[in-house]
Amino acid sequence: MNNESLQNLIGSWDSELTFTEEGSEFLNISVQPKQLHRLMKQLKTNAETQFDYLFCLTGVDWETSLGVVYHLESTTHRHIVVVKVQTEDRKNPAFDTVSDIWKTAEFHEREVFDFFGIKFNHHPNLKRLFLTDEWVGYPLRKDYVDEINMVVK
Amino acid sequence: METIAVNNSFKSEEYFINMGPQHPATHGVLRLLLTVDGEIIKKVEPDLGYIHRSIEKMCERDSYQQIVHLTDRMDYLSSHINNEAVCLTVEHALQLEIPDRVKVIRTIIGELTRIASHTLWWGVMGMDVGALTTYFYGFRDRELINDIFEETCGARLTMNYNIPGGLMFDIHPNFVRRTKDFIAHFKTKLPEYDTLLTENIIFQKRMKGVGILSKEDAISYGASGPVGRGSGYSCDVRKYHPYSALDKVAFNEALGYEGDSFARYQVRIQEIWESISIIEQLIDNIPEGNHQVATNAVIKLPKGEFYQKVETARGELGVYIISTGTKNPYRLKFRSPGFSNLSLLNRIAVGGKIGDLVATMATLDLVIPDIDR
Amino acid sequence: MTRFFSITKNIHEWLFDLMPEGLARVVEMILIAVVYLLIFSVAGLYLVLLERRVAAWFQLRIGPNRVGFQGLLQTMADALKLVSKELTGTERADKFLYNLAPYFVIISSLMALSVFPFTKDFQAFDINIGLLFLIAISSIGVIGILLGGWSSNNKFALIGAMRSGVQTISYELSVGLSLLTMVLLAGSLQLSEIVEVQKGGWLIVQGHIPAFIAFMVYMIAGTAETNRAPFDLVEAESELGAGFHTEYSGMKFAYFFLAEFINMFIIAAIATTVFFGAWLSPFGITESIPILGVLWFLGKTLILVFLMMWFRWTFPRLRIDQLLTLEWKYLLPINLVNIVFMAIVVLLKITI
Repeated sequence: MNNESLQNLIGSWDSELTFTEEGSEFLNISVQPKQLHRLMKQLKTNAETQFDYLFCLTGVDWETSLGVVYHLESTTHRHIVVVKVQTEDRKNPAFDTVSDIWKTAEFHEREVFDFFGIKFNHHPNLKRLFLTDEWVGYPLRKDYVDEINMVVK
Repeated sequence: METIAVNNSFKSEEYFINMGPQHPATHGVLRLLLTVDGEIIKKVEPDLGYIHRSIEKMCERDSYQQIVHLTDRMDYLSSHINNEAVCLTVEHALQLEIPDRVKVIRTIIGELTRIASHTLWWGVMGMDVGALTTYFYGFRDRELINDIFEETCGARLTMNYNIPGGLMFDIHPNFVRRTKDFIAHFKTKLPEYDTLLTENIIFQKRMKGVGILSKEDAISYGASGPVGRGSGYSCDVRKYHPYSALDKVAFNEALGYEGDSFARYQVRIQEIWESISIIEQLIDNIPEGNHQVATNAVIKLPKGEFYQKVETARGELGVYIISTGTKNPYRLKFRSPGFSNLSLLNRIAVGGKIGDLVATMATLDLVIPDIDR
Repeated sequence: MTRFFSITKNIHEWLFDLMPEGLARVVEMILIAVVYLLIFSVAGLYLVLLERRVAAWFQLRIGPNRVGFQGLLQTMADALKLVSKELTGTERADKFLYNLAPYFVIISSLMALSVFPFTKDFQAFDINIGLLFLIAISSIGVIGILLGGWSSNNKFALIGAMRSGVQTISYELSVGLSLLTMVLLAGSLQLSEIVEVQKGGWLIVQGHIPAFIAFMVYMIAGTAETNRAPFDLVEAESELGAGFHTEYSGMKFAYFFLAEFINMFIIAAIATTVFFGAWLSPFGITESIPILGVLWFLGKTLILVFLMMWFRWTFPRLRIDQLLTLEWKYLLPINLVNIVFMAIVVLLKITI
């Protein structure tokens, strides 16, 4: 399925989604945190989309907001879609986990939690993955400061 | 029917073992927290980060040319392919027209890298199941590839031969001849591998029916590379999203269907043969032309998001760049194959013996810097 | 040979002149023990060197060739290094058992050596239950391994030790039964008697098919007894680091190491004695010069040792359940049937 028909199909499920293809080769879907889990479930189970392969899960700090980018691919139809979710709550950012939909998200979400401090509700084992449990702060955030270990040019 | 009371006073107790961070079977500094009942694995919990260097954060302050050099510190056994991934992303973003010569050379060296990586893996695989001799056979042949790399790229492991826009230098005049010599030599040596290890009955008993990964799990856990293909999951990026000169060559995707350790083993052996075939198709037809196209000294990507997949020796490597139009990426994410492949270890190792865990982990072919980035 | 015997005879007489008979016997025994100890600790070191050279040969390498001519002093240097090394240990180890363990292993190995007939009349200790003594003594070593693994307060060592216990107890059966098969043929447990029987032909030839089966079973089980690959689960380095001797260093480690190689020699030497006529030369070609028997004995033993090294550098390691399956489901039944078979052969006198 090409991007246009994907947009038509997915847009018909939920009117609150926003779509863009600007600056990216894939179809980008922005979703509200509340709808995230439902949309993801539908993307995977719907016979026409069948996005069964979550190949990349990225945490991003957009300075004003924190977010997660999901890259999904279907192994049957071989189309790709990008789902983005954002929150402006920098103190206590939280999204629903998708680790019950794609098992690989379990590790990827732990990585995002480790580096961005984004919590994932209902995650089976949400704790730091790379850093030690005593680490203060979230290193991949743009406002993270570590005067000893970071070389700023 | 009367019920019989079972006396539970004789029961075994679970205990923990710390496998690693320094352990011969983890091939690096990976720490596994094992819950074991006697010899039987009950739970495997990886503890990562012992060599995490935060390459993604470093990338945010570096220029695109510099980033290439960081990537071969991730999966050092497929460093050329890692370099290629970043270069392809940047070239794609800049919409550079890359000469065919560059594409073909990149593909040849990429496949040589794959052979080198699989050969090393084969040696280490044998060592992990106790056949120490395979290690030296594997290294014998890998050295020859490294010699070829040394002559052309100037380095044996972290080659840094790619730059955004092409290759750093043209190939060495001996490159074609030596590669052909190597292929001819290696074709006689590869059957030796089978007689030494593959056909060994003990080895087969150790591998067959162990660490079974179903196709559904493989997809759900994001398995890629030989790990996914061993479960019958067709996931070769070279087939589905061909890059460089891979759309010009004919090759078969190596697939296994049993999903056990032996299937993964055979997929890798099969892939060596396929890589040889790809190199043979290209080595005589390297087009003439420039080895690079000129780029600005300071590369600035246009505003936007760019994603590029490549197939390293371990699986699918993704490079995701978010650019705001400056000379540094705003965010750069490496989707490393080893990270996803490691996450399924708990799924397939539970229920096996400690010896099985080691053998299974060997067939996942983990490179720890790739996981820890 | 005559000179050799006259030396021992002179010492014997001199000792008996010097002191009362009881004391003289004790002193004589100690002297013999010291001589054996010296000979075999050096021999053990050369077995290590041999192993390293053979391994290198299998692995397309050269192996140690710098210290001394062709590396002949390499293992001596290694031993010196080990002696001078610090003895480390874990904090909450059971110190007494921890220190005791290596001696169990090394003493059981060295004691077993005493009964071998290296050549005619060159046997320290010729008892009429020689074979039984050998099997009994060589099993004591496992106590050392169990103690070492258990007391060193390390889980990897403990797993290794437990594996060793399981393995040795299982394979002891096969070793014993396959030797029992040959005892049926030889009609004696005394090693000198067994050699005497073979003057007409080695037992493996006399017993033809059942003897050959017994030999195969013995070599497999014997390799397992010595904890060598493909049965090296006890110290499976890719699984357990170094297995039961993970926490040992310096001389204590050297004892374990040396014992492994002497055990290998013992297993090969038993096979030589029981199956291949010990010091007897083929067709009696050098029967008139008994001293050459030593060379024959060592030659045959080293060929078998080489066979075991060949196993080690070729085969992958078995898994613990496969190890037990092999013993209890295959080797043991084969062995039991083979004993009956051998009994029939001996009864009907269809030996060669």
